[in-house]
Amino acid sequence: MFRHAAKLLRRPVPTTSPAAAAVSRRPFSSDLPAAETADPAFVEAWKKLIPNIDPPKTPLSFMQPRPATPASIPTKLTVNFVLPYASELSAKEVDMVIVPATTGQLGVLPGHVPTIAELRPGLMSVHDGNDVTKYFVSSGFAFIHANSFADIIAVEAVPIDRIDANLVQKGLAEFTQKVNSASTDLEKAEAQIGVDVHSALNSALTG
Amino acid sequence: MAMAALRREGRRFAPLLSPRPIAAAAPRSSPSFLSPEEDVPFGARSISTQVVRNRMKSVKNIQKITKAMKMVAASKLRAIQIRAENSRGLWQPFIALLGDTPSIDVKKNVIVTVSSDKGLCGGINSTSVRLSKGLLKLNSGPDKEPKYVVVGEKAKVQLIRDSRKHIHLTISELTKIPLNYTQVSVLADDIIKNVEFDALKIVFNKFHSVVSFIPTVSTVLSPEVVEREVESGSGKLGELDSYEIEGGSTRGETLQNLAEFQFSCVMFNAVLENACSEMGARMSAMDSSSRNAGEVLDRLTLTYNRTRQAAITTELTEIISGASALEG
Repeated sequence: MFRHAAKLLRRPVPTTSPAAAAVSRRPFSSDLPAAETADPAFVEAWKKLIPNIDPPKTPLSFMQPRPATPASIPTKLTVNFVLPYASELSAKEVDMVIVPATTGQLGVLPGHVPTIAELRPGLMSVHDGNDVTKYFVSSGFAFIHANSFADIIAVEAVPIDRIDANLVQKGLAEFTQKVNSASTDLEKAEAQIGVDVHSALNSALTG
Repeated sequence: MAMAALRREGRRFAPLLSPRPIAAAAPRSSPSFLSPEEDVPFGARSISTQVVRNRMKSVKNIQKITKAMKMVAASKLRAIQIRAENSRGLWQPFIALLGDTPSIDVKKNVIVTVSSDKGLCGGINSTSVRLSKGLLKLNSGPDKEPKYVVVGEKAKVQLIRDSRKHIHLTISELTKIPLNYTQVSVLADDIIKNVEFDALKIVFNKFHSVVSFIPTVSTVLSPEVVEREVESGSGKLGELDSYEIEGGSTRGETLQNLAEFQFSCVMFNAVLENACSEMGARMSAMDSSSRNAGEVLDRLTLTYNRTRQAAITTELTEIISGASALEG
């Protein structure tokens, strides 16, 4: 009698946490439903040499393929703005984006020539109609593709209204002092980076 | 009712028989006293339930421990899953720009295996190690020298046994402090500084759901190889020529920075996904372990009851037969 009770009490593998339950219902919660593409040469070579184990998946099979370059210039620019801890904007259609490239502010409109730009600490603004969202970006890369897709990857980004002007001034003074009193090259470089970032913050807040 | 009558008969005659069996019976029915083995005189039978009782206690403790470990893994999974999902957008722009070519033919392959430090997490570490060994086999040839960079204790232990000479660098205790991008980028920087590579292949378990983990390999190419592919003009990388480089630096310098940045981003995502998979695998391993312990406990309980009842029946039979011998 008790043997049957044990069988009745047996539950399937529990999805106790609501997050886990949500994920198991919705696979790839943040990966888009992908066209299952894989590098055929790799799969073939693997299968020939190691037939007993399934070949591993590659990242190509986890992301949605990008559309091809259209014949005419599209009206909107599609922006993906990603940070290590969040995807700020993913596939958002906007009119224009201004990024702080190393050579200065780079304005990106739909139909921009394909570019790879390294970013320096500075102000980034996203223009959609009359809304302008401004972020302070620490550094990263911006890729602009021929199909009017812009990928901006930054290490850290903060909306401008979250920055405290007093702390910026204090930081700037502190790092300028460190640059002057630095002894080794490493300390000098670190202090210089601090000065650059704080002065960029300053100009972003005021400009 | 017949049993009750026999029991009463037995009890009436019991004091006339030797007191030994009764004294032996008494401690057996109250198990907290001395074990029957010490009390048994020469010639009297005794069926021991103490051994079974000890086993039951230890199995019950194991069940409690594994249940607790499952709860801990579930709570850790909840926390880290959000961060892993948020970091999934990080590597997509790189694939969109540079494409994904795991079958690229290069001389110096470095296989970065991501695994866990602690055990009891199912088969995910063995899967990663098997894949890494497969990749090594795939990439070994006359003038190719594949190498391992191992992250995590479990893969190190497995790989050191037969591929000791291929291991270049091992990193452990990565998850001692909560994972963050700064830590992983410093680690990526260290790896790039210490290892010469043409292609880095990062092997990890991608978290799909609590019960399913997908072994994945991400490829990061060195700037020289990218340059070579761009010149050859084939595939996704061939189109890289059409991209303008903003700023004064040459394409080579930009590609250098890009490769380093790509590696740190891909590593960050890989480490987070692997940690998620570890927690999920531990949850299911501990769950099946506690269920198994429950089944073992059930079987032991049955054995215990059978043994106990057999002892009582033996007692009764002795008493009854003794009583009927006196009568008849």
